[in-house]
Amino acid sequence: MALPAEHVRIQHEQMKTKQWRMKYMKNNAFRYACLVSALSLGVALFSIVIFISQTGFLVFKDVSWKEFFFSATWEPFEEKYGAAVFIAGTLYLTFLTLIMCTPIALAIAIFIAEMAPNWLKNIMRPMLDLLVGIPSIVYGFLGLTILIPFIRETTGTLVGDGFFAAALVLTMMVLPTVARISDDAICAVPQHLREAGYALGSTKLQVITRIVLPAARPGILTAIILGMTRAIGETMAVVMVIGNTAQFGWDLLTPTSVLTSNIVMQITNVQFDSTWNYALYMMAFLLLFISLVLIIIIRQLRPKGE
Amino acid sequence: MRESLFHSHRKAIASAIYTNRLFHMFVGMITVSTFILIIGLLYTILGKGLPKLSLDFLFTLPNELEAGGGVGPFLFNSFYVLILSLILSLPIGIGAGIFLAEYAPNNRFTEFVRTSVESLASVPSIVFGLFGYVLFVEYVGIGLTIIGAAVTLALLNLPVLARVTEEAIQAVPQDIREASLALGATKSQTILKVVLPAALNGILTGISLVACRAFGESAIIILAGGTSTSGFMWDFNLLSQGGTLPVHLWYVQSEALVPDATEIAQKSAAILVLIVLIISFTVRFPLWIQTLITKIKATPRKS
Repeated sequence: MALPAEHVRIQHEQMKTKQWRMKYMKNNAFRYACLVSALSLGVALFSIVIFISQTGFLVFKDVSWKEFFFSATWEPFEEKYGAAVFIAGTLYLTFLTLIMCTPIALAIAIFIAEMAPNWLKNIMRPMLDLLVGIPSIVYGFLGLTILIPFIRETTGTLVGDGFFAAALVLTMMVLPTVARISDDAICAVPQHLREAGYALGSTKLQVITRIVLPAARPGILTAIILGMTRAIGETMAVVMVIGNTAQFGWDLLTPTSVLTSNIVMQITNVQFDSTWNYALYMMAFLLLFISLVLIIIIRQLRPKGE
Repeated sequence: MRESLFHSHRKAIASAIYTNRLFHMFVGMITVSTFILIIGLLYTILGKGLPKLSLDFLFTLPNELEAGGGVGPFLFNSFYVLILSLILSLPIGIGAGIFLAEYAPNNRFTEFVRTSVESLASVPSIVFGLFGYVLFVEYVGIGLTIIGAAVTLALLNLPVLARVTEEAIQAVPQDIREASLALGATKSQTILKVVLPAALNGILTGISLVACRAFGESAIIILAGGTSTSGFMWDFNLLSQGGTLPVHLWYVQSEALVPDATEIAQKSAAILVLIVLIISFTVRFPLWIQTLITKIKATPRKS
């Protein structure tokens, strides 16, 4: 009578081994699925870099390095592809945006992190998060319909488009991002540092400027650089208020153009196999290159082992 | 009598206290005025657009020449492209996040993955757009399509999803994992049934962030999806043109010939802001309720 029982036991054991094997297969499969998806992000980045640079570098078959980077004459119909106006424009616009945005964003971050009562914090933080999500085209639309008429009235210029309008719109867009990340950085400063400062008789201002801000400096720099990457790459908000003319606009109120706005205005009208198109891709590659360099700087800022 | 330190430094201390007070006022004023300005602007958008809004506008076809057209296909495309891009990017983005948080060994490869996630997150959207254009229009040769727009948009979503998932998972306490492993669960079971549910709040907030961004994205759509639609409502064909509402707003504002272009633009902007608000609120509302409940439960009862 022992036989069937033995038989059942063996069967049971076999089933169990099968189950175990399944379980471990699933475990491994899941691991590899995660690995593959992580890898695919790297693949995506590399294919973007390769596709864009491959097309972009074709421009140097017809245009010399010197002309592309240092000539300010952008006249595709006469085969002149000097991108200096756009490159300088992008750098200048980013610089202007930073100058306007950083003090305000820092003030907001300090206010939220150090001064606001809890209930106000709980309102302001979600609000900043919300503002990050407002579509850039809406900011551009605001600039076009409210800011530009306002600039026209106050300064008496005919057009109103230009760096000033673009920088203001970008400031408004980037502000929530920079403020929110700086706020996190300030909150991460250990409380006992502050208490030591107060115990020595410092006022709040002294504690903030001499202890908290220096301690939070890497985080705040990261916030500013992340804001920069957004400002450099922003397209639609800028395109609506910058005027889209290939000329320098140092005086802030002249219509001008930057890399992104020039790409989006012209890319749909050109043949894919033309030097013009390659030049636009080269400009996109420049944007990509700048943002990658900025990310490498951020990674260097971070303390090791984090 | 010798003066105390306080007396000899009275002026310095007084001025320190004074500047401190000034600083408080200054920072407070900047913050409050910035908030008032931004909220005022958003209010203007909603105030100008919402009162004129009608259901008709949301569902009828646009009209190229006469006033009274709607934005039906564009609104539909917006959601269609958004949902497609989320379907494509959610598994990969969350998978990558899980890998970084749970499996990633501390070596070169992980460093490489992390760097690509961060770099991908900072790639300008117009570069994604150009990539989509090269890939789908030039190499695959299907032209400007909904599927092209969705895939390119998914690339934009991926790094944010990966980062948010990683952060949410890292915030889950270690002992929950250990408890699950001690009960004999495999690592994948632990992650899927214990860690992910515990990290769900953070992941959901991240998804809402991504959804808002993808919904309002226009540079990518112009390059990979085009500026127009197939021209009729409820078109699920993946190969028809994928113009979305933000793109339409740009088009109407810059090139359209319709006499009521301004009004269409105002209404579209209002819809965009409204939908972004709705997306953020629907995700955060349950979270708020939950924190409220835990707060109420946590307060000690009087006995």
